[in-house]
Amino acid sequence: MKPSSEANIQVAATEKLISNLLRTGVFSSAALVLLGTIVTFLRHPAYMRSVDQQHQLTDGRISFPTTLPAIVQGLGHLDGNAVVMAGLLVLIATPILRVAISIVAFLQMRDRVFAAITTLVLLLLVASLSLGRAGG
Amino acid sequence: MTPAIFLLVVFAISLGAGLLGSLLGLGGGIIVIPALTLLLHVDIRYAIGASIISVIATSSGAAATYVREHMTNLRVAMFLEVATTTGALTGAYVAGIISVRWLYIIFGIVMAYSALAMFRKRHQVSGPVPHDRLAERLNLHGDYFDEATKEHISYRVTHTPVGFGLMYVAGLVSGLLGIGSGALKVPAMDLAMHLPIKVSTATSNFMIGVTAAASAGIYFARGDINPFIAAPVATGVLGGAALGSHLLGRIRGSAIRVLFVLVLIWVSAEMLLKGVR
Repeated sequence: MKPSSEANIQVAATEKLISNLLRTGVFSSAALVLLGTIVTFLRHPAYMRSVDQQHQLTDGRISFPTTLPAIVQGLGHLDGNAVVMAGLLVLIATPILRVAISIVAFLQMRDRVFAAITTLVLLLLVASLSLGRAGG
Repeated sequence: MTPAIFLLVVFAISLGAGLLGSLLGLGGGIIVIPALTLLLHVDIRYAIGASIISVIATSSGAAATYVREHMTNLRVAMFLEVATTTGALTGAYVAGIISVRWLYIIFGIVMAYSALAMFRKRHQVSGPVPHDRLAERLNLHGDYFDEATKEHISYRVTHTPVGFGLMYVAGLVSGLLGIGSGALKVPAMDLAMHLPIKVSTATSNFMIGVTAAASAGIYFARGDINPFIAAPVATGVLGGAALGSHLLGRIRGSAIRVLFVLVLIWVSAEMLLKGVR
């Protein structure tokens, strides 16, 4: 890819912007998830040995924070699960932020058609989020 | 099995799911869900929650590289996202009205046919494609450097309205059946829009994260995303996808095509079974 014209340079800049955003999101999410897992295991040394505990963790009998206030509160107590959930939230937010940042990039390139298209995608995403169900 | 061993097993499986998913533009649910439910006896609710995380992780984990390497066609992806998200929304609305059983059978057949059509294209040399006014207008054509053949490949996009329609259906089906629509997105871009196969999988990879993120919020709030299961899935898939994203460029397109066809036959068989049972 050789950016020759000004348009190509702008496209390359957009690609770099999106790529960097995805990379930052992915790295911070992975770091939080990893950290949270380590904290959980440090706090529950039995997880390394106990055989029956796994079922409690995977068949629906444990509680973990699922709302933002609960996660923030859990972070205050250095709850491993809360740290993991925060990392997963960052992961989920990354693609949505990617759409939002693309709107700005297209506006900067004065590409009104694609700015409108991307805005429509963002609106549809917000609609699915509020509606409750939509698939990948 | 101790929680520590469980974690390592899930991590290893997810590494494989992320690798395969990132190469083929799929979400990895076809590996993660059966592995968690059948092999590890995890509650199906948590398995589905983990598979949503797997889709997002596969997408974001590989897309950073694909976008930088110009393999993703950003304009095609963003234009088609309008169709997939609208389709997913419609799917959520009409869920319950349409018989899911018939959908499994219909799309099982559609996928089997797509697999056959894609397999037939394996020796085909890409020639000139029909002129498409919409692709021209939206400036969708692209180019990338193919590392496997050391060639700079310029391609033209065609039948954009057909592709848009197919993407709507892909979104609708995934909204209704909850399956990763990558299995329908890649054939639509390959067969209708004539994108090079690697561009198709990389562009599908880019798109699947967005719609999955929209539904992930709901699963999250409902408590279906269990941190103990999702943590090794997220980290494993991210690692596998990062690895896969560096491999795609070096693997020949024909090999990616054959691998995709094999996985598509598998998904198709799974769907037909679900419909017939």
